[in-house]
Amino acid sequence: MKLKQISPLDKNLLQAAEYVEKPESQLRAMWDTLRQNKAAVVGLFIIGCLVLIALTVWLSELLGKQILPYDPNYSDMSKSFVWPNATHWFGTDQLGRDLFSRILDGTKISLFVGVAAVALSLTVGVILGAIAGYRGGRTDAVIMRLMDMMLAIPSILLAIAFMAAFGKGLDKAIFAIGLVSIPEYARIVRGSILAVKENDYVQAAKIIGNRPRRIIRKHILPNVISVIVVRATLGISTAVLDTAALGFLGLGVQPPFAEWGDMLGRARGFIFTAPYTLIFPGIAITITVLAFNLLGDGLRDALDPKSRIK
Amino acid sequence: MSEVLMDMQNLAKHFTLAVNFLGKPTAVLKAVDDVSFSITKGEAFGLVGESGCGKTTLGKILVNLYSPTSGKIFFAGKDLTVLNAEQRRAYCKDIQMIFQDPYASLNPKMTIGDIIAEPIIINRLLPKSQVEERVIYLLNCVGLARHQRNRYPHEFSGGQRQRVGIARALAVEPKLIVCDEPVSALDVSIQAQVLNLLDDLQAEFGLTYLFIAHGLNVVKHISDRVGVMYLGKLVEIAPKRELYANPLHPYTQALLSAIPVINPAKKKERIILQGDVPSPINPPAGCRFCSRCFKELQQCQLNAPLLQEVAPEHWVACHLFGAVKA
Repeated sequence: MKLKQISPLDKNLLQAAEYVEKPESQLRAMWDTLRQNKAAVVGLFIIGCLVLIALTVWLSELLGKQILPYDPNYSDMSKSFVWPNATHWFGTDQLGRDLFSRILDGTKISLFVGVAAVALSLTVGVILGAIAGYRGGRTDAVIMRLMDMMLAIPSILLAIAFMAAFGKGLDKAIFAIGLVSIPEYARIVRGSILAVKENDYVQAAKIIGNRPRRIIRKHILPNVISVIVVRATLGISTAVLDTAALGFLGLGVQPPFAEWGDMLGRARGFIFTAPYTLIFPGIAITITVLAFNLLGDGLRDALDPKSRIK
Repeated sequence: MSEVLMDMQNLAKHFTLAVNFLGKPTAVLKAVDDVSFSITKGEAFGLVGESGCGKTTLGKILVNLYSPTSGKIFFAGKDLTVLNAEQRRAYCKDIQMIFQDPYASLNPKMTIGDIIAEPIIINRLLPKSQVEERVIYLLNCVGLARHQRNRYPHEFSGGQRQRVGIARALAVEPKLIVCDEPVSALDVSIQAQVLNLLDDLQAEFGLTYLFIAHGLNVVKHISDRVGVMYLGKLVEIAPKRELYANPLHPYTQALLSAIPVINPAKKKERIILQGDVPSPINPPAGCRFCSRCFKELQQCQLNAPLLQEVAPEHWVACHLFGAVKA
């Protein structure tokens, strides 16, 4: 007996002019839920403002135009320690630089380091975690024990050791901060993949002839992406904080460039005589970290289909 | 008798559960142990047995989710066990599977149209321009409408999802479909619909089924021949009518007596087996069923019975029938 092939398509059936529904947008559903969360919207708004400030400052610098009230790196010793007033909104520091301008200028460094460091650790962490989770066995053991070794050392200590070995600077700070949070992403991704891998649809993907790389890309990662997005958003706030910590220790961005942590570190001797030199950079750090945390929490709820509002 | 499509010879799958410090296995679970049978082109072979007897493992070996510990699988005359991974993948499109749980077998992040299109695209069965047409055709085949193509699995009911799973399996024009308890997760009213759909599709596309189920009632509807498994071994194989009319193995008799009877006036003798299924890690010596058998003979605990043909096409592994040549 010969197998009957699937009969030629019934054209009439297909031409029965039925409309095809548009796919329901998953982003849209996520946004609808996120909008309900007031705190997350506030976080998103603040982040939007910060990004706007950073981009404007960066662009104006690139075009050689001054958009800030004062040159953030211009020091005028005759005007050092001016208390906040109408001309210097946040006052001036020990070198007579305008703090308001410096804080706005610092936004771009903090955001850039935060995003770049997370991008680095996310890329490496997701790849390592995906391989470990999917392959399992010895590969998994080797990768995860390596990650455990990195986790055993406090991350800021590891970053300091790294900076000590390779020198100071913005690029090294990004690298150090990115490096120390790789294990976190690797662990989260591995854990989620282990859970998703057990689903029948992953086995089905194998049966229809998918190669492993495509199974990870098309069937596993889309189902763990929500965990990664939430973690990355929260990770930016940690990275911003780490940048400030390195700056405070004098290991991050080097003067004269404005960086919030560095400003805090250099002004700490004047906490009693000129507290505003610490308060304003501190507030800037707090607001940024808070905004990313609020958004991250909101995203976690929005990406969880169980809590999604229909 | 028509052509044999799939022939399994002494197939076994052992899972190592624990190893000692030298890496020598100390606990081995024999999920499938020395199983041989063949499936004829165009038939529906029902495989029944209680939970944990190895029937799903057997199905997963056939679709290459597990590789067998030993034994041979001949598919259309070709031995699949000697192929490397890349060669084996070429046979993927000939052997497909329908899963038990329709809620877990569809990727929640893909539209059902994309789920059905994927096997066609990755196996390059059709030029890109024709894929869409084919997807709509397959949707129609399983009783879904064209306008549902862009919906996500969570927008469907269990029965509809199972239809999507069936369409996905059909997409590559397979020769054999392993149905792994395809209706046991569905409501009884939907079970009949899906079974009828499978029946219709078999007639239309000339499919061959390996139909796995845990009860004989579902299998009765769809199978031509039935195999009964117990603790990793096949204990009886017979054509459907023969098996239901004349079950020989005591285990089959017990399974049959467990099917509920619709007519309340009709009293049926119910065989209730004593005890639990022994652990497959440490199965009884001799016949695996002897610890629960109500017709146990002396030799049952000593040596394992072999599968023998006691009536035309009726095979049974039991000492009650014929002497053992050990």
